[in-house]
Amino acid sequence: MRKDYNLEKRKYIIGGFITLIDLIRLFNLQIGDTKYKESAESNAFFRRVIYPSRGLIYDRNDKLVVFNKPAYEVMLIPKDVGEFDTLTLCSVLGITKEQLAERWADMKNPRKNPGYSAYTPQKLISHLSQEDYGKLSEKLYLFPGFYIQKRTAREYTFNAGANILGNIREVSTTDIDNDRYYRRGDYTGDLGIEKSYEKALRGQKGVEILMKDAFGRIKGKYEDGIHDELPVAGRNLKLSIDIELQKYGEELMRNKIGAIVAIEPETGEILALVTSPNYDPSLLVGKERGKNYAMLTRDPYKPLYDRALQGAYPPGSTFKPSQGLIFLQEGIVDLSTMYPCHHGYINGLRVGCHGHASPISLKPALQTSCNAYFCWGFKNMIDKKGTKPGVQFEKWKDYMVQMGYGYRLGVDLPHESRGFIPNTKFYSESFRGANWTANSIISVSIGQGEIMATPLQIANLCATIANRGYFYTPHVVKEIADSAIDVKYKEKHRPKIDKKHYEAVAEGMRMAVLGGTCKLANLPDIEVCGKTGTAQNPHGRDHSAFIGFAPYHNPKIAVAVYVENAGFGATYGVPIGSLIIEKYLKGEIASNRKYLEERMYNSNTIIGSGVKKH
Amino acid sequence: MESRNTDAGISVFKSLDWITVLLYLILVAAGAVSIYAASYDFDNASLFDLKEFSGKQIMWIGLSLLIGVVILLVDYRIYKIYAYPIYMVVLFVLLVTIFIAPDIKGSHSWLTFGSVSLQPAEFGKFATALALGKLFDSYNFNLNAKITNYFQALIIIFLPVILILAQRETGSALVYISLIFVLYREGMSGLVLFAVLSAITFFVVAVKFAEPLVLGIPVGEFSVFIVILLIYILMLAFYCKDIIIARNVTYGFVGAGVIVTILSLCGITVNGTWFFTGLLAAGIIYTLFFMLRHQINKFIITICFAVVSVLFLFSVNYVYGNVLQPHQQMRIKVLLGIEENLRGAGYNVNQSKIAIGSGGLIGKGFLNGTQTKLKYVPEQHTDFIFCTIGEEEGFVGAAIVLALFLGLILRLIHVAERQRTPFERVYAYCVVSILIFHLAINVGMVIGLCPVIGIPLPFFSYGGSSLWGFTILLFILLRLDASRKERMD
Repeated sequence: MRKDYNLEKRKYIIGGFITLIDLIRLFNLQIGDTKYKESAESNAFFRRVIYPSRGLIYDRNDKLVVFNKPAYEVMLIPKDVGEFDTLTLCSVLGITKEQLAERWADMKNPRKNPGYSAYTPQKLISHLSQEDYGKLSEKLYLFPGFYIQKRTAREYTFNAGANILGNIREVSTTDIDNDRYYRRGDYTGDLGIEKSYEKALRGQKGVEILMKDAFGRIKGKYEDGIHDELPVAGRNLKLSIDIELQKYGEELMRNKIGAIVAIEPETGEILALVTSPNYDPSLLVGKERGKNYAMLTRDPYKPLYDRALQGAYPPGSTFKPSQGLIFLQEGIVDLSTMYPCHHGYINGLRVGCHGHASPISLKPALQTSCNAYFCWGFKNMIDKKGTKPGVQFEKWKDYMVQMGYGYRLGVDLPHESRGFIPNTKFYSESFRGANWTANSIISVSIGQGEIMATPLQIANLCATIANRGYFYTPHVVKEIADSAIDVKYKEKHRPKIDKKHYEAVAEGMRMAVLGGTCKLANLPDIEVCGKTGTAQNPHGRDHSAFIGFAPYHNPKIAVAVYVENAGFGATYGVPIGSLIIEKYLKGEIASNRKYLEERMYNSNTIIGSGVKKH
Repeated sequence: MESRNTDAGISVFKSLDWITVLLYLILVAAGAVSIYAASYDFDNASLFDLKEFSGKQIMWIGLSLLIGVVILLVDYRIYKIYAYPIYMVVLFVLLVTIFIAPDIKGSHSWLTFGSVSLQPAEFGKFATALALGKLFDSYNFNLNAKITNYFQALIIIFLPVILILAQRETGSALVYISLIFVLYREGMSGLVLFAVLSAITFFVVAVKFAEPLVLGIPVGEFSVFIVILLIYILMLAFYCKDIIIARNVTYGFVGAGVIVTILSLCGITVNGTWFFTGLLAAGIIYTLFFMLRHQINKFIITICFAVVSVLFLFSVNYVYGNVLQPHQQMRIKVLLGIEENLRGAGYNVNQSKIAIGSGGLIGKGFLNGTQTKLKYVPEQHTDFIFCTIGEEEGFVGAAIVLALFLGLILRLIHVAERQRTPFERVYAYCVVSILIFHLAINVGMVIGLCPVIGIPLPFFSYGGSSLWGFTILLFILLRLDASRKERMD
């Protein structure tokens, strides 16, 4: 009974001390520190992404080109997986035991699959075919813990236009770093419009906030889903491409290397953008994608390389109309100016030409593709009396740039090449300060030498002539559902060259069809204008090229054809170009021209041309 | 006899400490609600479903109240008369349990009767408290009179501890050790508590601060040495009240410190362990010399403190490194914040802190706690029940619960102090100690202040044994208290 009164007070100390410490700690945890709140959310909330359907793609005539088909993935919840017969599973899925073991290991590898948990659904196999899906669903009861999940994959109505359409792949780490929208396992467009219109096509992912328990099991929607966001479907695209024409162009280019570009002059819309060799777009869908992609990469003819806009070629004689325009605008020549041609340009050096009347003026020069005329014109322009060296060449270069050469045109597809138009500085450096004159670079005047242009740029020149002096930046997408295409495709570009000069050049090109190098393009009821090109190159036989538009008045189509190592422009370029024009304007090939079509289908310029490097 | 009992029954309810009863009822009711919240699933059955934890708990509460009433109706003298027999029976049951209990997660502490499981260790508490009370109630018993008295008390405390340890139920065993507080109340020297407190502090400091090195020893060890020297001086000055010796020792220590500092500045390093040990040894020898010359014993405890402290410090490193199992080391490291092992040993505490921390000031609201509902917190309806309160009712709710417990404990201390005989007082203090220990350890572990020792939060945690154990403990006290006036007559 001693110390009663002293001890009486100790109780507050003992009890109070502990409570106080607890209270301070609680205050710290609950009010002082906010990190626990965040941890709690990342713990308990499972933000399940709802994928929107990707936009569909139609051609200019509203034909469905690309759509979504169901795809299947084999999923499993590891902890629920019971005993099963590995061999049966392998035979159903059509894979080897080793492949299954490898996939299994990848799935469990935390580096390759950071979201692995034995309690949550894991993807074992993606891109299960409809057929395998059928087989597996029948036998699914043999594999406890397995189930099949539906996804969508791209499906193509036509085996055409793979270079335009592109394909879809799983996002890479770089994609995720560059765009916060993506999460591991998402898909993104690769090549073609799938890539350039990715933002429109992909739509907006939705999210469902679910609660998951400590074992990763889903326990329903958080607050009945009031925080969920619905996905927004991707926008449909309408292409300017005529898919039938595209397919026809690809067939004509079979067993040839090169490109066809067809443009509607008055809008700049690309009607066909053929590169050859091409590939079936459906090769890059599904579980074979990786394998096929590697195969296409290894192919020596580089089918993944879009020659229509990535290939830079010497334009050859298709360049001559542009030269005629510059000479006329600069007053170097008028329509009556005549230059001599004695089987070529002979002025201290010789540029060969073929037999035709001499001397010759612009229109016949275009008609007969006279080299000498354009060499003389070029010489008189560049070496114009009273001008400082190089000044005239800069002027010339500016005209070329205005006509869309030397820089990217800005087509709505990735990886466009800019071609090459040299400037004064370039030659001053090439000749190391030595004096150079027109003669030093005379091959430029006939689209050879350093000049490089993409088939797209060549076609664009043709479209500009067809329009008699303006062009719209070529593009493949005509409309985006509920949205507008880029305003840059609605802007008229006008080189500083008078309309009347275009009129003259167009007439020259009309003459080439009527009685010159392009006679094969002379259709009975369509007034076609054209210009051949036969480009020398260091890779073997000459490249065969053609530009043409039709009808002569109020043109509806301008086309450029470029066939590598195929010889004269008249041999391949003209037939192909004229068939494209005829097909587009008439819908079918006249019976008396079917032989041309047959000839193109059956010809092969790959053999013996060797594999070219670009 | 019959009529006497009835009279006693009536008088019991008249002189019952209703404040305690009220607090008990509030806590128990709050516990049932918390269990309902903790075990609530988003596709849940009703509150009164006997298959659910909350439903069962309500059944346990009902039976507890019944037990409480029965206890109150029993003659108060029974508890004192049968204290030892009850203790013996409980010890026997504890012993039998070791052998017949099934293995549940490595522990053999549950006896199963059909669908009901009971944990004898929970019922050992009141029996031990009764036995301890009975011991102190022996004629002319004085704890400090003979050293054997200490042994008797410690034997009563440690017999159940040993049996429960043998059942591999460490948490419950530790609870009995809290009864040492009662010895303190009954006259045990405060130095023992001081020594225990020092030991804990030294251990934590020495283990936690292994980096950087000072004088070639970890900074933690270095600090402990400094503290030992300081306490030594302070004890000489204030406990032994010998200012002169304290002053001389201080001069010696400071002088040696200055020399070592200068030496190390000159590039001569001194081994810290040897330096401090030597220094302390010199101080002790000086004190001893003084003590023997003047034939005074007042320095004995101070010297003992210094010697034991240094020995303890040396043994900490040895025990920690060589005796403790890796998983035990891990638990200590996680607790002291040296390592974060969120998947293993630290998972429970981390999830528990997240749940409580996400509650904020006023909580997420009843049944809206995501962390507890989604089973992130383990044992959320038993040992970690406090999480549910913290998450759903926030700081305010948690503080109210703590306040209720504080109120109960203070009330029980008040009740204890008004007892006129040692039996009742010791018993009451046993109840208080056990409650304080449970509260401090349980809440402490849930909020990450002490190691995870699996003991329940009184009245809240789900479980019949625990609730009945505390009910019996508390109601025997109430019964004894209600009769205090009878004994005065």
